[in-house]
Parts: sequence; structure tokens; C-alpha cells
Amino acid sequence: MFLGLSAETLARFQFAFTMSFHIVFPVFTIGLASYLAVLEGLWLIKRDAVYLKLFDYWKTIFAITFGMGVVSGIVISYQFGTNWATFSDKAGPVIGPLMGYEVLTAFFLEAGFLGIMLFGLKRVGPGLHFFATILVAVGTLISATWIISTNSWMQTPAGYAISPNGQFVPTDWFAIIFNPSFPYRLVHMVLAAYLTTAFMVGAVGAGHLLANPANRQARIMLSMAMWMAVIVTPLQIAAGDTQGLNTLEFQPAKIAAIEGEYETTKPAPLILFGIPDDSAETTHYKIEIPLLGSLILTHTLDGELKGLKEFPKDARPNALIPFFTFRIMVGLGFLMLFVGLWSLVQRIRRRLYTDRWLHRAALVMGPAGFIAVLAGWYTTETGRQPFTIYGLMKTADSLSPVSAPAVGTSLIAFIIVYFIVFGAGVFYMFRLMRRTPDEGGGDSELGDGPTRAAGITPAQQVAEAGGDHAV
Amino acid sequence: MPFDLATIWAGLIAFAVLAYVMLDGFDLGIGIMFPLFPDKADRDLMTNSIAPVWDGNETWLVFGGGGLMAVFPLAYAVIFPALYIPIILMLLGLVFRGVAFEFRFRTNRGRVLWDWGFGLGSTVAGLMQGIALGALVQGIKVEGRAYAGGWWDWLTPFSILTGIAVVIGYALLGACWLNLKTHGEIQAKSRRIALAAGIGTLVLIGVVSLWTPFVNPVYFARWFAFPTAIFSVIVPVLVAACAYALWYGLSHDKHLQPFLAALAIFVLSFVGLGISFYPYILPGALTIEAAAAPDSSLAFLLVGAAVLIPLILIYTAFAYWVFRGKMDPNEGYH
Repeated sequence: MFLGLSAETLARFQFAFTMSFHIVFPVFTIGLASYLAVLEGLWLIKRDAVYLKLFDYWKTIFAITFGMGVVSGIVISYQFGTNWATFSDKAGPVIGPLMGYEVLTAFFLEAGFLGIMLFGLKRVGPGLHFFATILVAVGTLISATWIISTNSWMQTPAGYAISPNGQFVPTDWFAIIFNPSFPYRLVHMVLAAYLTTAFMVGAVGAGHLLANPANRQARIMLSMAMWMAVIVTPLQIAAGDTQGLNTLEFQPAKIAAIEGEYETTKPAPLILFGIPDDSAETTHYKIEIPLLGSLILTHTLDGELKGLKEFPKDARPNALIPFFTFRIMVGLGFLMLFVGLWSLVQRIRRRLYTDRWLHRAALVMGPAGFIAVLAGWYTTETGRQPFTIYGLMKTADSLSPVSAPAVGTSLIAFIIVYFIVFGAGVFYMFRLMRRTPDEGGGDSELGDGPTRAAGITPAQQVAEAGGDHAV
Repeated sequence: MPFDLATIWAGLIAFAVLAYVMLDGFDLGIGIMFPLFPDKADRDLMTNSIAPVWDGNETWLVFGGGGLMAVFPLAYAVIFPALYIPIILMLLGLVFRGVAFEFRFRTNRGRVLWDWGFGLGSTVAGLMQGIALGALVQGIKVEGRAYAGGWWDWLTPFSILTGIAVVIGYALLGACWLNLKTHGEIQAKSRRIALAAGIGTLVLIGVVSLWTPFVNPVYFARWFAFPTAIFSVIVPVLVAACAYALWYGLSHDKHLQPFLAALAIFVLSFVGLGISFYPYILPGALTIEAAAAPDSSLAFLLVGAAVLIPLILIYTAFAYWVFRGKMDPNEGYH
């Protein structure tokens, strides 16, 4: 025990902590990489320098985000071994190759072309540079595909057998990769990344429009972001709905926890608010709408919804966390839809760039995507408990033979370091976002950077290649 | 020598680790040398020389770790709890140095912090990698399918020695990289550092090599019994040849040769380790065969690796090619 907490609790908290920090960075890089590719494409097609300026504006922010994603991701890839060794030994033969493919098909690709994308425009020319940008964007999407496949397999395992030594042995790789929940989760996650980025870009555009409604770059940011909001948010809500149906089929206990239902009901109401109480097996202070639960989850008016009491006590998730995190996610989703529709109305009325209340709303909604993503992940991950591999391997049986003080000490070290490092990183990102677009470097402190500093010009290279470059 | 999937994978993981050590070695070395270059312009030049490539270099570490989980899950599950503290410290070091590339350009007031983070983070990461290596060579206690030792088993005089050896060796690689990428005063300074670090590296390799056979009788038999004893003669001779090439290159204004010679010294040391380890993945405790994942896992990932690793090597080489040539200190600092 360490501060009264068991090694398992501490290891879970450590994973949740390092993962929460990590996940926001890839989400932003997935969206920003695609956005940068679109901006560079527009620059090449329209030959309008404003798109290149926008590209450069977001490129520096992308570079910081990417760096933080890389270093926080390396931690994750080793944490499976340090804290979850038994899980790694047992599940490694299945999820290891999936993550191996992520490294081989995505991480190397991103890393290989990131340097060219960030520093190489003058060296390789616009065509090849655009190609590098696209490869980085594609790499982020490939990465998302493998890691969502891995996580989905832990939620809805398929295509395996269990060997005498207790390992999960792959028997059908197609079934493993395309496990039952994978397609739904992948769509939901990628759309989430795009929406999160859109609302961040929109907030920066809106913020600068509040200062100067004529700023052209800020206008383009807001306009592009609000198109995304109005088109992608409804798609995301539909995707979330299908994922809910899929979860009901394969992980009904998770749905029961999300719904805060302990009793089986038919037809099921929708509990809007309440406080689930696992020990009393009831949800207090319920505010519910009749029939709506059945309608949403079974798409009928009299569908049955299993309550948590249908599941043995040691196979139920804690209901309190998924109940609330799910509502936070859905609530933010509908707020995003509202802002998107509002922007559409104002766009039609030609007031998109002058409605200051819309700009204020877009500014406030900047972090909405990040919060929704975290809330969604807490929902799906705590809803999978008490298992690491749903129905097959308990979290309690997944732990390394570690002692609580070791996990607790490393947890404290991670907390201190992450708050210093990523706190500073987020601060620098905000400072970069505060730069007024189109007015040079802005903050004099931010003028130089690695972006413009790599090596020599091609002319000098040629001179040197012909010189006495000794080998 | 059996030529099965597990052996092929042992070779591939070894290759990934070697690629990591060679590539991230020189960019960690840049950080290790940071205290010796207090001047901001020099430090900017140093970090900019590796900014376009460090991320790719570090990806080999992810492949080594992630790959180990995929193909030798039992080894992964035993090694990381055994090396818990060095691994955590290495990760924290890598966090600090990784973000410093961008952060140190984003602030004037805070640059001191990130410069320290870069230098210290790189040094700690290198030290912990060396300590982890030493601990592996010494052996890890395994019972059933789990680590059975204590939390401080890894901390021994031998592992500290290998830790220092790796730090000095990385500094050598970093100094040779600077000799390749710069000219003028900073190049001259890096050559002096390379000479000192070269001597230090060779002395430490010698001490570690003489110590290793006595750490575990398995190594003694391997090094002094036929036929593997042949390598015990060949490898040191080749190291000596590389040492001469390094010295000659540094004292005769060669730019690429010292870097290649330093890399070759790392490759030879690695080969020496490979000879000592085989057929074990954890010396004396776990063989390659026993640690391997089922064939269905090994074959599935091998199909991709066979196609993708050559491809990765090609586009990584291309990225290095794009950023070839000397750094220009006058470009980009307004």
C-alpha cells in the first residue's frame, strides 16, 4: 500500500493520467495534419499566399503538439511492460502485432516526413513538400486505425484462442483487426479528432475576429471551422448513435452503467440526470423522459433495456463515472451542433464575420472537443471495467508484480514532470495562437525557431559538394 | 543455427535496438555535450542539426519496445518490471529532451530551463539505457512467467559502469556528428571532445569487456571456448582498426570518416553482446524460443516487417539526404 492505495489502483490511475495527457495531443495532430494538408493544397491550387501564411501559422502549433504527442506516447508503449506485465504477457501475441504495425506503417512514416514538412519547403520544393504533408496526415490516420483496432479488440475480443500457458493466441487476424466494435469506434474517433481541431481553429479565428473583424486569415479559419462544425457534428452524432447500438449488443453492462439503470425496464425511459449509487443499486434524484431510452438504444418504442442487476456484481462497471462522463460528452456534442447551426444561419445572412456573439461562443467552445474526447474515453474505458479484455481478463489479474510504493513514486514523478512540461507546452501553444495572423512573427520572442533554421541553401550545397568535402 | 520465425525476429529486434542506438545515440550525444557549449548560437546550431531527424531516430525505440511486446511478450513482461526504475527515469529524460527542441525556441525567459532539460534529459536517458543494458547482461531473476527479483537489483557497480560507458559513447557519436555537420570553431571544439570521448569510450569498452566474462560463467565459456573464441580475437582487432580510423579522421580533417568509425565501434560492441547473449534473450533465464509469441503472431508481423522495414530505411535515408550538408549558422537567426 502507498498512501492507503493498492498497487492496482495506483497503476490504473497512472495509466489514466499518462493516457489523458497523451490522448489530447494525437487527437489534435490528427485533425491539424489533415487541416495543414488542405491548407497547402488550397495554396497550390489557388496560388493565394494567404493559405501558405495560414499553413505556417498552424505549422508551429502542430510541431509543438506533435512533439508532446511523441514523448507522451513513448511512455505509454513502455508502461504496458512496467505496470501491466501480466496483461502484456497474455495479450501481447494479439495486441502486440497490431501496435507493431502501427509503428511500422504510421510512426515511421510520420517521423520520416515530419522533418521535411516542418523544415524542408525550400529544400525540396512545393510539390514534394505537399506530398510530405499528405504522408504525415495519412500517417496520423493509419496510426488511429491500428490503435483503435487494438483498443476495440480489448472491448470486443474476437479471432483468438487461449493457449495452455494462458496466452491469447491469434487464430484469425481479420477477425481480430475488424473486431465487432472497431468500425464504429474508428469513425467516431476520427470524426472526434476533426471536430476537436475544427473548434480549436474556429476559436482562434473567432478570437482574432473579435479584435479585428477584417482580418482575412482569421475569417478563413472561422469559416472553414464552422463548415466542419455544421457538417461533421451531425455525422458524429449519428456515428455515436450506431456505436451505442453496437455497445448494447456486445457490452450491455456498459450501456446499463451509462444509462444509470439498475433494473431492467421495458419500455425504458431516458434518465437525463441522477446520481447512480452502486452500493444501494439505485439512481437517486432521477429526472427521466419516458420511452426515450428505448427509442435511442433500440430504435423502437418498447425495447427492453437490461439493468446492472442482470450482471454479477463482480462483472459490473462502476456506474457513477460513465454516467456523468457520457452526459458531458453528449452535452458538448449538442452544443457543437448548436454553434454549427448558428454559424450556418449567420453565414446565409452574411453575418458570419460580424456576429460578435457567435465569435464569443466559438471562442468559448475552443476546448469543447478536447473535453468531449476525454469524457468519451473515460466512458468507454471505465465502462469496460472490471476487465482489461472484456469478459475475459480482469484488470486485477493484469498487473505487473509491482509494489505499491514503486507505482506510487513513479506516478508522482509523472504528475510533476507532466505538469511542468505539458503545462509549459500548452502555454506556448496558447501564446502562438494569440499571435495575430498576417502580422509577421507577432511576439518578438517567437521570431526565430527551428522552423527556419535547418542547414544551408541548395546553392551553397552545390558549392560545397564540389569543394573539399573530405570523407 | 536454427532458422525459424523466433530467431528471425530476435535478429530483427536486435537490428531495431542497434538502429536506435546508432541513430538516437548521436542526437542524445548532442544533448549530453550541451554543458560544454554554453553559447546560445552554438546550441541553436546543435539542436537544429538534429531537429529534422530526431523523431525518426526515436521511433526505433518505440519499435524495439512495441516489437518486443509483439514477438517476445514474455521477455517484455519480465524485463520492464525488472528495470522499472531505469525505464521510468529514461522515459522522463526523453520527455524533457524531446519537448526542448520546440520549447527552447518559444521562450527567452524559460530557455535556461529547457536547455537544462535537454542536456540533463539526454544524459539521464543515455545513462539509464546503459544501466539497463548492464542489468540485462548481469541477468534477471525469473520465476514462472514473472520477474522475481527486487526493485534495486539493477543497481550494481557493473551496471553503473555500462551506464557511464553508454553516455560517453553517445557523446562520441554526437561530437562526430557535429564534426560532420559544422565548420569553424564549433567543429574544432567537437573534434577535441570526440578525441577525449573516443579514448574514454575505448577504455570503458575494454573494462566492460574484461569484466563481462566474470559476471556470468556462460560468457566466460562463450568467449574463451572454441569456436566462438575466434570472435574474441576478431572483434577486438576490428575495434582497434575502427579506433585508428577514428583517430586518423579526427586529426586529418576528415568529416564523415570519424562518424562512421564511431558508429562501427558501436556495431562491433553490439555484435559482441549478441555473441554473448545467443540463444538467450535474457542470459541464463529465458531463451529466444521460450519467450517467443505463437507462430501466428510472428508470421503476421513478419510479413509487414519484410516489406515495410526496407521501405522505412529508404525514406529515412531520403530524409537524411534532404538535410545533408553543413549547417549555416547565419541562416535563420534574426
